[in-house]
Amino acid sequence: MEEMWKSINTENLSAAELEKSVWEILETVSDPEVPVLSVVDLGIIRKVSLNITGAEAIVSLAITPTYSGCPAIDMMHIQIKMALLEAGFKNIHIEQILSPAWTTDWMSEKGKEKLKAYGIAPPHLQKTNASPDSFQEDVAIACPLCNSLDTRLVSQFGSTACKALYQCNDCKEPFDYFKCH
Amino acid sequence: MNNISLINYTLHLADNALIMGHRNSEWCGHGPVLEQDIALSNIALDHIGQARNFYQYAATLQNNGATEDSLAFLRDAIDFKNCLLVELPNGDWAQTVLRLFFFSTYQYYLYQQLQNSNDPQLAAIAEKSLKEVTYHLRWSSEWVIRLGDGTDESKERMMDALENTWSYTGEMFEACEYETEAAFAGFGVDLIKLRNEWDEKIASVLFEATLPIHEDVWMQSGGKNGIHTEHLGFILAEMQFLQRAYPGAEW
Repeated sequence: MEEMWKSINTENLSAAELEKSVWEILETVSDPEVPVLSVVDLGIIRKVSLNITGAEAIVSLAITPTYSGCPAIDMMHIQIKMALLEAGFKNIHIEQILSPAWTTDWMSEKGKEKLKAYGIAPPHLQKTNASPDSFQEDVAIACPLCNSLDTRLVSQFGSTACKALYQCNDCKEPFDYFKCH
Repeated sequence: MNNISLINYTLHLADNALIMGHRNSEWCGHGPVLEQDIALSNIALDHIGQARNFYQYAATLQNNGATEDSLAFLRDAIDFKNCLLVELPNGDWAQTVLRLFFFSTYQYYLYQQLQNSNDPQLAAIAEKSLKEVTYHLRWSSEWVIRLGDGTDESKERMMDALENTWSYTGEMFEACEYETEAAFAGFGVDLIKLRNEWDEKIASVLFEATLPIHEDVWMQSGGKNGIHTEHLGFILAEMQFLQRAYPGAEW
């Protein structure tokens, strides 16, 4: 019940102020598979808009999945809705869009730092367009633990769809790499 | 008329992705090493995700109460429009990776063209899926090369896999009615253009894998029109059992 009293009084705020508070609320919703990242850090929120009709604020969101089969997207959908409901928004529309397709370029700088601190190597800047060629020479991915560039790819597919598995040749630690997409 | 072709074309793309994903998911927990088990399971997940996007769209087009779930779980073999290639049993690792290589190469060039579809939703799904298929193609072609140009045994197994699979590759490029209409109306792709790109990629990888290219072989077909091998029935029996026995079950 305590939470209810903290809810936003949508009647006294302008659309711009409400939009700002929606973004702040979204910052608190985390990716269930990489809990250190918020849905905003991940770059999956493509649009937030507010429509005020009378005393009611209508929130419209567009979200895009990271991978077609990402099992976390339905969960994030629910968590976003819950967080906004808790904050006092009653009328929430969440639309899923596929184009333009999500890319790791949309991940926030803050998000990349958080990933590294969490032990996951963030997506490399140079390599956004993956090619299908076999046995290509990959750019060196720095070990998130000891920063060594002497690392090797173990598998292009890791613990979740968005990650590859690497191992550091120096400190020997295996680590996840949030692959470019 | 056009709408029926669009629905059938979308279901064909969905069924291909779903059945391929289902076959690959059968390796989950049975892969030769943990990392490759995880890799193939990830690929299966991508396929099933792509299938969901196509089914959701087909359900919207049908607008008769169908859902992505009813399309996947409540249609019979004769309604499925996937190519025979994807429903073949997995066989050994060689056969699984070779089949995936053939199929991923096909999907890679197909999605590249489908991005330009005049149907915005098909174009969007293609754009999204292409990024994933790029990884599948890279991974599967590396395995074909590794095994083809590997030990005596791995080579022999790849040769057997080629023997078992090759006659199912022609169907992908044999346009059926809804595909011809799709290409003509501009929401689908022209399979003739696709064929050349596919041939080239297959030839270069098989060459690197020191494997022969089978030329003129009689090609199996029928799947796109609902005439399947006996294997699809077994897949559906397993995949659809729960929804058939307990309609509407959720968890």
